[in-house]
Amino acid sequence: MTRPTVDIRPTTQPPLPPSRPLTHFFTRPQVIALAAVLLVNWILFPGFFTITWQDGRFFGSLIDVLNRGAPVAILAIGMTMVIATKGVDLSVGAVMAISGAVAAVMVSSGYPAWIAVLAALGTGLICGLWNGILVTVLEIQPIIATLVLMVAGRGLAQLVTEGYIVTFSDPVLIFIGTGSFLGFPMPVVIAAVMMIAATLIVRRTALGLLIEAVGVNRSAARFAGLSAGALLLIVYTFAGLCAAISGLIVAGDIRGADANNAGLWLELDAILAVVIGGTSLMGGRFSIPMAVLGAMIIQAMNTGILISGFSPQFNLVVKSAVIIVILVMQSPLSAQLFRRRTPPGASK
Amino acid sequence: MSEPAARPVLEARGIVKIFGQHRALDTVDFTANAGEVHALLGENGAGKSTLIKILTGAYQPDGGELLLDGQPISLRDPLHGQGYGIGTVYQEVNLLPNRSVAENLFLGRQPTRFGLVDRKKIDAQARELLSRYGLDIDVRAELSEYSVAVQQIVAIARAVELSGKVLVLDEPTASLDRNEVQRLFEVVRGLKANGLAIIFITHFLDQVFDLADRVTILRNGRKVASQALDTLNTTDVVRMMLGKDVAFEHHPTALAGATRGQVRVAFKGLNRKGLLPFDLTVHEGEVVGVAGLLGSGRTEVARLMFGVDGSDGGQILVDGQPVTIRNPAQAVAAGFGFCPEDRKIDGIFGDLSVRENIIIALQAKLGWFKALNREDQVELAGRYAEALDIRAANHDMPVKLLSGGNQQKVILARWLAIDPTFLILDEPTRGIDVGAHAEIVRTINRLREEGLALFVISSELDEVVAYSNRVVVMRDREMVAELDGDAIAPDAIVQAIAGTPQEARS
Repeated sequence: MTRPTVDIRPTTQPPLPPSRPLTHFFTRPQVIALAAVLLVNWILFPGFFTITWQDGRFFGSLIDVLNRGAPVAILAIGMTMVIATKGVDLSVGAVMAISGAVAAVMVSSGYPAWIAVLAALGTGLICGLWNGILVTVLEIQPIIATLVLMVAGRGLAQLVTEGYIVTFSDPVLIFIGTGSFLGFPMPVVIAAVMMIAATLIVRRTALGLLIEAVGVNRSAARFAGLSAGALLLIVYTFAGLCAAISGLIVAGDIRGADANNAGLWLELDAILAVVIGGTSLMGGRFSIPMAVLGAMIIQAMNTGILISGFSPQFNLVVKSAVIIVILVMQSPLSAQLFRRRTPPGASK
Repeated sequence: MSEPAARPVLEARGIVKIFGQHRALDTVDFTANAGEVHALLGENGAGKSTLIKILTGAYQPDGGELLLDGQPISLRDPLHGQGYGIGTVYQEVNLLPNRSVAENLFLGRQPTRFGLVDRKKIDAQARELLSRYGLDIDVRAELSEYSVAVQQIVAIARAVELSGKVLVLDEPTASLDRNEVQRLFEVVRGLKANGLAIIFITHFLDQVFDLADRVTILRNGRKVASQALDTLNTTDVVRMMLGKDVAFEHHPTALAGATRGQVRVAFKGLNRKGLLPFDLTVHEGEVVGVAGLLGSGRTEVARLMFGVDGSDGGQILVDGQPVTIRNPAQAVAAGFGFCPEDRKIDGIFGDLSVRENIIIALQAKLGWFKALNREDQVELAGRYAEALDIRAANHDMPVKLLSGGNQQKVILARWLAIDPTFLILDEPTRGIDVGAHAEIVRTINRLREEGLALFVISSELDEVVAYSNRVVVMRDREMVAELDGDAIAPDAIVQAIAGTPQEARS
């Protein structure tokens, strides 16, 4: 009926062992939502789950979902940590455009591909660092601090490309966007590696806990001796790096850098993916894999609408409907309703 | 239970409230009589706040019934309760600080003229209303311009106007000074004489004896006793609350000097804008108590020591070696720990688990890459939870679900986990029930015996006297006196605070 509150204090305190059965994973709203979306896709398009092996790589709609969802998934990895600190990064879409532009311009002016890639990643790091400095040193609210680069970033990208769509035929960049490794498209491989690496780094080191602590209560974090500033710098810089990687993938995919449209509005998809993944915009507890799952839910919907032949405009309506459903499932209200159905123990 | 003369206004019979597996209230009876102040006492977690929430309609009971003037009622929410005449005033004033006093009094039921708020009428009515409470203030001024005591009285006036049968005062005196408390009590006595039933919750036993007629004591969700106060003394009440004989051990103050060891930390000429330079040394196995009124600079000294505020000059030596402390991280690296005054804002990580809250400072000290693994965390949390008797269902539950006393112990455990050299405690017992209070005083004594250097700020003189080897007295942002050994006594401290001639600062 009501939430448990301050007065819970039984006399014994056995530390409960962590019990996370697999059923727990499959009953999460995100997993159910993804399954539902995939099911609808399958009904609309019976060949949806068919995967074929051709020219040394997998093909199929499912692979397509993974491939198309990869850039947002990578953005979401960085965004998860930013949001966990109670921040947000609106600039990632623009950073994608900048880094793509840098890579494209460099290869087309004759630099070797590896230098272009490094330069693009370095650009992402600098952009992220810039956001981090605005947030930590100047103490500007994250939404405003990153709005600066969101707006200015596209201008910067256009300056880099001098207003043109810079195309290239460099095999390395194209491989990043369209190649395959062990049968899987490169974007999927990169996103998977990023997800696993980032999860391991934050969970095997203390970074994850410290980030959560800063997000839950920044003042208490300061009193506990945490260097919140350094953590925030790292988190925003990492978000910039993630954006640069996504930017490279998108540029490689279309074999060119489009300063106006590369990564356009993807920051919102990334934020959405994080929220669908259960990380609260109020900061604190976060999960990188669940955010990636969130990105996949979004992409599965996009793909479903595309293959079903509905007009793409319809996409936005369906997307928002599904999001509302997921958010309602996550809300305290539905948690309460769910709890109410379980008997509240011996009552008079 | 009630005497023949008393007329019950609000009655609770056999109230049961269950949270999950836990019975927060188990068949509790409670009666508030007209024209009577009824104190509700209990340790944190005894069920006081749950009972109050049920009486005011914030919670619905899982069993039992509520009767108002003999008629059974069922309350949906506090607003519904208000409609029945049950009003509540909380510790933190629940009004709008940026609106005028008059607006606050009449918010939601403003007298109107031609559909517009009639400001003149509001102001006149507000003045008239407050004069009945002995307040003659400018009702057009913003509420936040007045002291907490005045705000408290405004809140009471509003609650009584809206309700008028039962008034619940939930720790109204927590942030008031002595004179303000007396002023508030006069108001309450006046209301009592008018036949209101008043339920009074506080942690201050002397205030209970000062104001209340009857007392109901809860322990672990059950009613222990409900009787008239003139039949009881403090020891009886404390015993019933705790179920064991825990009073403060006012141990002899002769321990000064005898047990202390080397100089652990020395502050030389430390200062900051608005705080005069001070010198202070704290030895191993020594508690330096700090006494002084609010605003005397007590907390500022602690913040300066811990690097929360940067210093404008001065030197800090730890074990004879100079250290730089410009932020809390450097203080923690130097082995300092700090339990801040405001637990909720500066202390606990509400959404993180008890275990994480205990290990967080050690983890911050170890750095990002030396992560404590789960076994270490469980072991550490278990050890300190046991040492400090932290009562939590398990250590993976969010710390915000614990009672205030247990949260304070979690923060203490956090600092003990870093094996500190010097511990600063700012009002460690504020807002904590008697049981946890006594435990924390005992813990401070134990830590001193174990050789820790402590700097403890407290407003409660008895407490300061109970654990301090030395007492530093602060007045007007300056350390004005230092009492040592036999000189430590509440009277001497009061004199020093008041500024009667005393030995000068050494």
